[in-house]
Amino acid sequence: MNIKNKATGEIVLKSVSKSYGYGENLKEVIKDCSLTIESGKLTVMIGPSGCGKSTLIRLLAGFEKPTSGSLTINSKSITGPGKDRLVVFQESALFPWQTTADNIMFGPIARGENTKESRDLASFLLNKVGLSQFKAKFPNQLSGGMQRRCELARALVNLPEVMVLDEPFRGLDEMSKELMWEYYANLYEENRHTNFFVTTDIDEAIFLADRLIIMTNIPTQVAHVIEVDIPRPRSLKSLFELDRANEIKMEALKILHTEAMKSFKSGSKAAADFIDAYSKRVEPIAS
Amino acid sequence: MIRSVQKFFFNRSSRRATIAIIVFLLFWETCSRSLGWFGFQVPWIGKIPAPSAVITAWIPLLTDSGYWTSWYLSGKRVFSGFLMAMILGIPFGLLLAINRTAYGIMFPTFEVLRPIPPLAWVPAAIIFWPTAEMSIAFVTFLGAFYTIVINVLGGAQSIDQRFFQAARSMGSSQWDIFKRIVLPATVPSIAVGASVGMGITWEVVVAAEMISGGGSDGGGKGGGLGFFIWDSYLGGSYQQIVVGMISIGIAGYLSSSLIRALGDHFSKWTRR
Repeated sequence: MNIKNKATGEIVLKSVSKSYGYGENLKEVIKDCSLTIESGKLTVMIGPSGCGKSTLIRLLAGFEKPTSGSLTINSKSITGPGKDRLVVFQESALFPWQTTADNIMFGPIARGENTKESRDLASFLLNKVGLSQFKAKFPNQLSGGMQRRCELARALVNLPEVMVLDEPFRGLDEMSKELMWEYYANLYEENRHTNFFVTTDIDEAIFLADRLIIMTNIPTQVAHVIEVDIPRPRSLKSLFELDRANEIKMEALKILHTEAMKSFKSGSKAAADFIDAYSKRVEPIAS
Repeated sequence: MIRSVQKFFFNRSSRRATIAIIVFLLFWETCSRSLGWFGFQVPWIGKIPAPSAVITAWIPLLTDSGYWTSWYLSGKRVFSGFLMAMILGIPFGLLLAINRTAYGIMFPTFEVLRPIPPLAWVPAAIIFWPTAEMSIAFVTFLGAFYTIVINVLGGAQSIDQRFFQAARSMGSSQWDIFKRIVLPATVPSIAVGASVGMGITWEVVVAAEMISGGGSDGGGKGGGLGFFIWDSYLGGSYQQIVVGMISIGIAGYLSSSLIRALGDHFSKWTRR
């Protein structure tokens, strides 16, 4: 079984802006943002919380339209939701009334593709994410980590050209989070199709990314792009031991800190939290 | 068999329930017989026939076809009214939930009619419908209808938006979303509406039978459990009033259990 996708997509954003409200209440969330999500790479986007990352994802998914600018996938304009770009959400959006197996088969059945081929792929993926024994369980009988793995499989079975993940491992405990990184990196290394991963966790970002895009404070723009040239497969150990990994981390944190300071000055509670976390986080590296 | 009887008595909750019922019956018996036993009558409960007297009155009824006809008639009215309420209420609730135009047109009228108690409809129903049987069925139907519609509507409206987004991006059509998201997500609310509605249906049917004189099939003891109670009252048979009341209690309990079991069966996924 091979989950390598023949078609893999490239997403290009050209000076995209998105604002909500009118007149005095106008709030610009994204302003003149241009970036390329390169084909066959795992692009990770990181930015201070509340910087408009989720808005960007809703635009990519096609649930909302930009105020100005253009979004294209393989040079085709994005006009609505489609199975070429599947979104894995922040919190589990598994259908609670369907078993693990039924959840994974949701996409193929929705498109009338309940074929032997897709069923084989589904059971291959079930196995891959370690849920074969739980295929007849309902989501509320699974642990948080299992739910996230089920959701990865539910997206992958559709062989999307681009996978979009919005802080998919947020809220998991440290142990399951690290386990999920390994599962996910492993899946990616096997299929190598375009992945766009959004997070606020710097360790997660460096462990997973081919390219790391750092966003500015609201209104969102690209602050900086770092090519994460750490060889794959990576281990958690290498993340702490490699000089290159630490270098990238320092570089990224410096930019994030500047951005968070800006939003702290403009009165964001989220940014204050970030600065607090940053001051605790950076110590072991600096010493 | 012996095992299961043993299990029943060693199970803490069933033992508690049994003891509670026995204590309650003893208390009732003592109060009812207080005048003969202690020379004074306990107020209120002392006027009610004692459980032993009720059972004595009940035993001959168990072989009386009129008594069972009352069960049958009330049961038939409850289930036909309830079934109609489900058949019309579920699609109507779903329509209000998914179609903004339908909601705008029909919901205000629905909300004005909803606070009218089903029993206030009895006189109008008797005028509208050609037979007493049909007016009872109509009033019974109303009792369950509003509850079912409100529950279905609330359930369908509170479905998480992300489920729709996820389904849409995986290629679901509108019909597929309705069939595989809206419908299953609403099942637990339908179950709640159904079990509450079932309770109201029993309340309504009994009162409607009393007011309308038991329906056209009736006469004598063939007019349903509500009429059975009313008839016993008119005939001065106080033991039979209590027999009728307990019969309704049992009937209501049985039908609610049935509905609950069905509801649980269809919403397995909500269980941990």
